[in-house]
Amino acid sequence: MEVSILKQGPYLIVTIPAALNDTDLLELRDSLVARVGESRSRAVIIDVSALDVMDSFSSRTLRDIAHIIRLRGAGTVIVGIQPEVAFAMVQLGLTLEGITTALDLEEGLAYLDRDPFEVGKEIRSRGR
Amino acid sequence: MTVIPLRSAKRSGPVADDEVMAIGSDVDIVTARQKGRAVARQLGFSSTDLTLIATAISELARNIILYAQRGEIRLGIVQNGTEVGMQMTASDTGPGIPNIKLALQGGYSTSGGLGLGLPGVRRLMDEMEIASAVGKGTTVTATKWKR
Repeated sequence: MEVSILKQGPYLIVTIPAALNDTDLLELRDSLVARVGESRSRAVIIDVSALDVMDSFSSRTLRDIAHIIRLRGAGTVIVGIQPEVAFAMVQLGLTLEGITTALDLEEGLAYLDRDPFEVGKEIRSRGR
Repeated sequence: MTVIPLRSAKRSGPVADDEVMAIGSDVDIVTARQKGRAVARQLGFSSTDLTLIATAISELARNIILYAQRGEIRLGIVQNGTEVGMQMTASDTGPGIPNIKLALQGGYSTSGGLGLGLPGVRRLMDEMEIASAVGKGTTVTATKWKR
């Protein structure tokens, strides 16, 4: 299953489908990292609201994606983690520390649309 | 064969035909957790519990693939007096776990993972039991009771 990456101004937006397997997620990681450079994007928004489960692998891969993209000079915001999924993640010990999250796509965009210099600074320092 | 019961296991017996799912690739992980969610929904678990159960199945299926390449997950309904629960049994004939105590410590992993799998499943579920023999395989049984 190929995940489409939408370009919206300086951002790339990805909506993760419900039944994403490991291979799909790793492919998404690779294409996102390439697209950030090709599109000269400032940030990537990953919408996980359709995802029914965030287990150790998907959580680690999302964290890796955010770190790799930071090294490419852009930021990442994970949006739409569902309440039950968040609860299960905490039980599992997956806190996505250092990763910027927002309630939904709208909040994610609003967050990035604030002062770009401030946002860039914050994202970079959080990922450290 | 070492058996470590992790919490006081209530006596329970399966009351319905078990659902057996073969686990052999990452696609099976998704199928198994969706099937598990469907079974738990039929039993009337809350939506939070459905997610906890699906996440636990995902971790157990992932462990099978990581360590044993293939195995199976069996889903069953268990009963204890008036209580109804869902039980999952993940079994493989892989390398086994040399040190179960260590494997249950958070952050310990021999696969390069996060080491959250087994301790995570223990926190997600109400009861868990591991039986493992080096060179023979591993069986993890975990139960969630309906509140």
